[in-house]
Amino acid sequence: MSITVLYFAWVKEKVGIGEEQLSPPDNVKTISDFIAWLETQSPGHASAFSDKSQIRIALDQLHVPFDTDIGDAKEIAFFPPVTGGAW
Amino acid sequence: MVIKLQSEPINAGEEINTFLASNSNSGGVATFVGQVRDFQEQGAGESTCVSALELEHYPGMTEKELERISAEAQKRWTLDAALVIHRHGRMNPGDAIVLVCAAAAHRGDSFSACEFIMDRLKTQAPFWKREHSSTDSSWVVARERDDARAKRWEKVD
Repeated sequence: MSITVLYFAWVKEKVGIGEEQLSPPDNVKTISDFIAWLETQSPGHASAFSDKSQIRIALDQLHVPFDTDIGDAKEIAFFPPVTGGAW
Repeated sequence: MVIKLQSEPINAGEEINTFLASNSNSGGVATFVGQVRDFQEQGAGESTCVSALELEHYPGMTEKELERISAEAQKRWTLDAALVIHRHGRMNPGDAIVLVCAAAAHRGDSFSACEFIMDRLKTQAPFWKREHSSTDSSWVVARERDDARAKRWEKVD
């Protein structure tokens, strides 16, 4: 399984890059599994995901919870809670 | 339903006039303009000066999410038309950051749709604000009261 991984805002700054193509091992089923695996990839990844309460996820550009199965998704994005719009 | 995402300044007056002209038969048109503030809340009533704002977004998903929110508004209320324009990139205090217009036969539908679109946009559309002051810059932290505002609309379901 190869998947495009995107990071935004301070998650991108902590990881150090905005986008990467990754092939996680077969035992990675859910987004939580994926994050646990990502954290072992570099100190930057580990730091970005140290507080999961501040992480939000989009799978193929749809908001999803942590326990979602990745399935055949092509794109997964990690970012902080959104802060657009007006004050 | 028109969605526009742009790095250029939003000319709110011009956009609203165009929207009004193309919906001249709608009895009620509600418009909302969000503007870049020149201060940053520090808690306990403290604030610091903001010299510029940078808005990052998720190209592709942002458009889809704004479409989904507008479509949902159209499902809930009887609207003649809706317009959402959101800016991204670097902007200055006083600049319009977002414009929402909703046209309907009656004011109730246009007011509600406009407010719903703004509340949903705040908690769903993938934008992230970074505020620059004269000394540093920092990511804006999401507020719980925005989640609470967005949740009010779930009771309607």
